Order: sequence, then C-alpha cells, then structure tokens
Amino acid sequence: MAKLKDLEDYQEEINQCVKCGACRAHCPVFAAEKREGRVARGKVALCQALLTGEVKAEGKVLEDLSQCLLCGSCEAQCPNKVPTDEIVAAARRRIVEERGLTTVGAAVAALLSRPRLMNLAAKTSGALSNLLFKKIPAQSGLHLRFPAPYLEGGRTLPPLTAKPFRERVPEVIPGDPDRPTVAFFTGCGINYMYPEIGEALLKVLKFIGVTVIIPKDQVCCGLPAVSAGAGATVEALAAENLRALSRTPVDQIVTACASCSAGLGKIHPQMGEEYAAQGKKCIDIFVFLVQQGLAEKLAALPKAAQRTKVTWHDPCHLRTRGITKEPRQILASLPQVDFVEMAGAASCCGLGGTYSVYHYQHSKKIGARKAVNIKESGAELVATDCPGCIMQLQDSINHLGEQARAVHLLELVVAALPAE
Amino acid sequence: MLEPRILKTLISIVGKEQVATEPADLLCYSYDATQQSFLPEVVVHPATAAEIAAIIKLANAELIPVFPRGAGSGFSGGSLPTKGGIVLTTERMDRILQIDEENLIAVVEPGVVTEQFQLAVEKVGLFYPPDPASLKFSTLGGNVAECAGGPRCVKYGVTKDYILGLEVITPTGDIITTGGPTMKGVVGYDLTKLLCGSEGTLGIISKIVIKLLPLPEAKKTMLVMFDSIDGAAQAVSAIIRHKIIPTTLEFMDGRTIDCVRQATGLDVPLAARALLIIEVDGDRDLLDKQAAKIAEIIRPLGVVETRIATTPAESEALWQIRRSVSASLRKVNPDKFNEDICVPRSKLPEMIRKIDVIAEKFSIPIVNFGHAGDGNIHVNIMIDKKVPGELEKAHHAIEEVFKGALDLGGTMSGEHGVGIAKAPYIPLEITPQAALYMKTLKKSLDPNNILNPGKIFLD
Ligand SMILES: Cc1cc2nc3c(=O)[nH]c(=O)nc-3n(C[C@H](O)[C@H](O)[C@H](O)COP(=O)(O)OP(=O)(O)OC[C@H]3O[C@@H](n4cnc5c(N)ncnc54)[C@H](O)[C@@H]3O)c2cc1C
Ligand code: SF4
Ligand code: SF4
Repeated sequence: MAKLKDLEDYQEEINQCVKCGACRAHCPVFAAEKREGRVARGKVALCQALLTGEVKAEGKVLEDLSQCLLCGSCEAQCPNKVPTDEIVAAARRRIVEERGLTTVGAAVAALLSRPRLMNLAAKTSGALSNLLFKKIPAQSGLHLRFPAPYLEGGRTLPPLTAKPFRERVPEVIPGDPDRPTVAFFTGCGINYMYPEIGEALLKVLKFIGVTVIIPKDQVCCGLPAVSAGAGATVEALAAENLRALSRTPVDQIVTACASCSAGLGKIHPQMGEEYAAQGKKCIDIFVFLVQQGLAEKLAALPKAAQRTKVTWHDPCHLRTRGITKEPRQILASLPQVDFVEMAGAASCCGLGGTYSVYHYQHSKKIGARKAVNIKESGAELVATDCPGCIMQLQDSINHLGEQARAVHLLELVVAALPAE
Repeated sequence: MLEPRILKTLISIVGKEQVATEPADLLCYSYDATQQSFLPEVVVHPATAAEIAAIIKLANAELIPVFPRGAGSGFSGGSLPTKGGIVLTTERMDRILQIDEENLIAVVEPGVVTEQFQLAVEKVGLFYPPDPASLKFSTLGGNVAECAGGPRCVKYGVTKDYILGLEVITPTGDIITTGGPTMKGVVGYDLTKLLCGSEGTLGIISKIVIKLLPLPEAKKTMLVMFDSIDGAAQAVSAIIRHKIIPTTLEFMDGRTIDCVRQATGLDVPLAARALLIIEVDGDRDLLDKQAAKIAEIIRPLGVVETRIATTPAESEALWQIRRSVSASLRKVNPDKFNEDICVPRSKLPEMIRKIDVIAEKFSIPIVNFGHAGDGNIHVNIMIDKKVPGELEKAHHAIEEVFKGALDLGGTMSGEHGVGIAKAPYIPLEITPQAALYMKTLKKSLDPNNILNPGKIFLD
C-alpha cells in the first residue's frame, strides 16, 4: 500500500534548521509554556537526535513531541521553511511503530477505521450526548473521535447529531448541466457534529447551480490519526477515500473543513502520484466560491440596515497554505455583516488534532488568548472554516464567560442568499 | 551528571519543576544560533535574583560552571555550556515591571523579548530604538549582554546607549545594583557600561533600567540602486554631510543582489551593483521633504533607480527585500559563516574591495550586506562544508577579513560578540596589555572562574 514518508525521509529538511530561534516568536505552544523543548527548534533537534540514536523515545522526548499542534505556524515564519509539523508527525508515527499506540491513540485509530461504529456511536448518543459525555468512560471511542475525553477540566461541547449528515442527503444533487460538478468531502466534524454546515454548503452550491456528489463511502481524512502518529490508519483511510472520490469523475473536490483540506491537499499527496493528483483537485469551499464569482454577487446585494459585527479566525491548516484572502473577501461582501479584523486572527485556536486530548489545560491556555482577542474586537460572531476550530473557539469563549458565538462562514452566506 | 546531593540543593532553591536533567532537556539547551552543541549537566529555570544568587553561591562552593542563557539566538556561542555544568535560563523572568511615562524609563526582567517590550512602550507613545534583526525572539538580557545593535544604530545608537542601570548577581553570588533611574550619575565606576557587552562573564543581569524616547510620528522608506558600491558609500557620506541623519542606511552589495534575484526573482535591474534602503523618521510633514532632498543629494552618484514608498505596505515590500537576504544566501551555498566586522563609515568601499580580493584569492563566494550608516558589514562566507578543504579555506579567509578590517581602524565584531566563535582571533585586535587588564578584572571578580568560563578569552 502507498505509504507516508518516514522520519528518515525528512533528514534533508531537518538539516535545514539553522537553530536561529525565530520560531520562538511564532509557536503557540511555546508562548503558553516557555521551554525550548516546546518550540519547533527544540522538537527538530529531538527528531534529529532520535534519528542518530542520541535520545530514545521515552520520557520527556515523548512529552515534548506530543506538545505540538501540527499547526505549521513555525514553518510559515521560518527563514528556511523547515516543515516541523510534518517532521513531528513522522516522528510520532515512528514512535507508534516502536512502542504501539497509547490507549487514547489506539482507540482513535480503531474508531476512525470503522465508520459504521462511528455512525452507531453518533446515533446512540444523539440528544443525550451531553449526559453521556459525563458518564462514558474515558477510553470510549466516542470521546476520542472529536478528539478529546472532554471530561477533564469542564470542556463544553456541541451535542452529537442523531442522524449523520451523509445519511440525510442523496448521493447526487444535480445542478445546471453547464456548471461544474464537484464532490463534497464532508469530514467527520460536519458529518457527526455540525450537519447544518453541510446543509448550508449544499444550499450555496445549489444557488450557483453546481452539481454536487457526496460519496457515501468516504471516510475520515485521517488528520486526528496523523496527530496521534497512527500511520497505518492514515494510509488506510487515504486509500479508502481515494477509491470513494474517484468513483465518479468530478471537476473538483470541495471541503468546508480546514483539516480535511490539509489531509487531502497536503498529507495524502506524500503517498504517491494518484494522491497528489487528487490533492490538486481538492479546493477549499471559499476559494471555490470566489472563483465562481460569488463574492461579487454578494457585494452587489443591498446592505442591510442592521448589521452584525463579525470577525474571522484563520484556521492554521488554511493559513499555512496561503488561504486567507478568499474567506475574508466573502465575509466582507455579506450584506448583513460588518467585518472587523481582530488582533491575532492568524494565531492557532489551540485544538491541534489529538493535542487537546492529552493537553487540555495547555490547549485551554492557548484558546484563552484567542477568546480575549475576539472579545476586544467587539464582534458578536467569530466566523471560521473548520468544525474543530468552531468547537475550540466556542469552548474558549464560554470559559471566558462571554456571549460571542463561533459559526461557520457558510451559515452566514446562506443567510444572505435571496429567498428563492 | 551532577551529584544527586547537588541536584537536591538546586531543587531546594528553585523547585523540582525548574531543574531539568533528562536527555531531552539537556539536548534542547545545548545549542544556539551558531549551530554548535555542548551538553550541559543540568538546566535550571530561576525566577528571582535571590534564586540566581543562591545558585551562584552553590556553584562557587562546588566549583560548577554556570552558563547564562536568554533565547539562545546568539551568533558567537556565548550561551553554550562548553564545559557542561549548569545552563541558567532567564525564560521565566519575563515581566515588564514598570513603564514610567513621566521620567521616560522602564524597568524589565532580563527574559522579556525585545519586540514585546517595544510594542508595550509604543502603546503609550514611547520608543525603544535598538532593533537587532532577532528582536522578535531575542531577550533584553541577551541584548544587554551582547550590546546588540541594529539598523537604527546610525541615528539612535546601540543597546548600551539606553541602559541606565542594572541589577546584577556577581560571579560570587552577591546581588548589586549599578546606575539607576537618572539620566546623570557619576558616583563610582560606570559598571553599567562595563556589563553591557560583557557576554555573561562578569555577572548575571536580573533587572534592567531602560531609557526611552518619544515615539517619532512617522517614517518614510526609500530604496536606491547604484551602479557601484562606491556610489552607495558616497551617498551615505553625502546624506550625513547635508545634516540629515536617517534612521537606517542598509546596504546590499552586488553579489547579494544577485543571490536574492536568483532565489526570489527580485525585480532589480542588472545595472544595479549596490543598493541602499534608507529610512527617515520624524514629523510627518517633514518626511516628504527630507526624502526628496535625499534623492536630490544622491542623484549624481550613479543612481540607477529610486523607489520611494508611499504607503506602509510599499515600505514593507522594500524591507522584504532586505529580509529575504538570509534565506536567499542559503540557496546558493548550504553553509555560511556570518561575520560582522565594522569599519569607519568612510572606509566601507575600501573594505568591500578588500573582501572581493580575498574571495578571489580563496575562490569562495563572499557576499556582503549590512549597515552602511555605521560601517557594520555582514560578511557572509559561503561554502559547502561537505567539500573537502572548503572549511580550511573559509577559516583563512575569515582571518584575512578580520585583519583587513583592523588595518582600516575597524573591529572584528560590531554586534555579535566574541563568545567562542571569535575567541581565537582576539589577539589580532586586543593588545596583550589590554587583554591582561580585562583578564585581571575577570579573575578578581570571578576567582573560581564560575561564570561563563572560556568565553571571550580562551582558557
Ligand atoms: C536571525 C538572527 C539575527 C540576528 N541579528 C542580530 C542583529 O541585527 N544585531 C545583533 O546585535 N545581534 C543579532 N543577532 C544575535 C543575537 O540575537 C543577539 O546577540 C542577542 O542579543 C542574543 O540574545 P539572546 O536572548 O538570544 O541571548 P543568548 O544567545 O541566549 O545569550 C547571549 C549572551 O548573553 C548572555 N546572557 C543572556 N542573558 C543574560 C543575563 N540575563 N545576564 C547575563 N548574561 C546573559 C549569555 O551568556 C551569552 O553570552 C541575531 C541572531 C539571529 C539568530
Ligand atoms: S525551525 Fe526554522 S525558525 Fe526555528 S530554529 Fe530552525 S530554522 Fe530557525
Ligand atoms: S507546528 Fe505549531 S505547535 Fe508545532 S512546533 Fe510548529 S508552531 Fe509549534
């Protein structure tokens, strides 16, 4: 089977680190706890030492390597573009191969590779999920998927949906024959937690006449498994998605989740040409909508008299791949919205795959800065493009005792569309 | 590994969490921006002057070397634990204690990151000018210990020009203060100045009293291309002769321009063999006039093209050219030695020509850029270490560059300090008598040679 890159394959990139320390200014984990082992420079040094055998995969080495959000903030500012996120992910895979998955990681991997189990988990929880979350034992898959045993530290969570999104909608939704056909890669967050985002996406695409295919047999993009170091799981999921998404020819594959977009667009392409070709087809929904001319259409609508102040949060997995302009363009064009930029819009929300499973308190600390910035911007809503970020942002806002709501930008777009 | 007994005492001073001995900890505090690595035996993270004093007393009693460390961004190896022992980091001492708008001073702990401090004082309309390129991550303690400087030096000077006083733990573990929150002060020796640039060998700085200026209202950036380095150098003198002191006068030589063009597709005409980035600051309505006057003064000096930024974004784009230099250089050759000689301003073209001759002689690329306003040249000797013989060539070339700078009345290092990187070359610049004076000072203050031993002077 096609495989992800090994830590050894990153030797060249590791050598590119000149130990300048610039990443100390940009790593959110380091900002929360100033220890060299927490910053990209330290993690890269540890990975190098793992390769030479100078350190063993134990104790603090594991702790430091687990302290990474895989957010790519360091790489974006690194003078030599050292891909610390990829290097750390590869190191985690190596560690898992040597030592096996931790209890949490193993359960994540097991659950991710069995979508039927996930559907079941989602169904049985339904409206009762709040209650269940308190009662279900920490190692239950249900807690692990999204991706925290939120029992610790008073995490506030959205309920799981009773009927997953992909079971609610037909597999093909025809549009105008002369408009493009796209596949919608939903991801787990939309499928199990926020089906309304998926529904919003369908409405918007219908409005512009695009045909949408939603392959039923698509599975998780594998990012939580990347974060947990479960390499084999990532590879299996990627292969399954490749099969599901190539069954029907489409012009493009849209995502409304930054993590999925990075999974298909950045991680899977490591595995070979077919995957790389698929990655090229993958496009973030807002980039797609801007290309389709929606921003101009929205901007042409008459402005509402009463407008809501909305700010934007850049999900790391979009920002580090250069997708920052398009969502802002759409947001600013909405007639019911006053777009305000907040300080630190580009800084990580602190979720980071399974990071918050192991490090909820740290993750909360990183999130708290964000919540303060949202508050100071005066916005009532913070819009973004990633279910994981929405969950984390809302949790952080709740903990600050504020009223602002975290929403997906698609929901605001739908609200602006003229009634049919 | 230190004896358990000693570790226990360290733990009793700073707490268990703040004493780190695992391989991962030691590895992560073994390096700095020189990319050299020496493993310490323990890393301690104190939070107060009293804790540092207790650590130093212990170190004296047990004869364990102590290596102070800020962000580890040093370019000369000053923070490297070359003899094992204790790495003492200031990462936890990162509070801004006071910003006094009446007296224009601030008091900070040494672990505050330079840019964080600048942003904090700018919020209240004040200004801390020293701007090393590492300001986003280097610490003020490290800046004082290295007397860091940056592009704004031409007009505003370097770190030591802003340090009014210090709280210091002496090499034997006493806590003393030097200077204070007054603009004048002549009682006793000027220990503040002595400690600025002492590279952590004469004391550990635990508090810094800093002088501030009012924040200039605006700035204006321009980029000027010349057909020769002489044109650029003459421009610098001409501007200053006309009583304009720009905030910055950064230059790039022809080879640097070539590198950046090759790496980034920089849009600069081939005729440009040197480039100056000039920035002026002050009252908004004066700046346009000043920029126009500068353009007029330098016009006869072989100007190929002038670009004046009219918006902050345009100014940012001009600076981006300067910032892309480092990464571009690496694309041309994998390894580089970055020296930072400084010569009298007027000797800059002569120095560049000397370096060109040296590059020719050893047939290795040397590219130069830096601060034309103060004669500080970043000499980048580009090699591939994997090629046999290149490393030796580089060392010979460096020595000749140093000698060349000294012959012109310059110095081996304008900013980065001596550390271990330049220690072998010290006799080139410092006479035996002056070295003895310094060593006697060090020896009497640090009889056990505890604090950052082997730095500046080889033992
Ligand atoms: C990309 C890059 C660009 C740079 N640009 C510049 C530049 O433009 N100008 C410039 O001057 N330098 C520059 N430097 C060098 C470096 O950033 C400076 O020397 C800086 O002052 C070091 O600060 P630090 O906190 O990293 O100190 P460290 O590297 O940790 O330590 C430097 C020295 O200070 C001592 N020290 C640290 N803290 C204390 C303390 N509290 N008390 C006593 N001694 C202490 C250490 O023992 C060591 O000798 C650059 C470095 C990099 C990587
Ligand atoms: S990862 Fe990049 S920014 Fe960080 S120390 Fe290495 S080269 Fe510098
Ligand atoms: S990927 Fe993010 S969390 Fe990890 S080292 Fe880089 S900046 Fe820090």
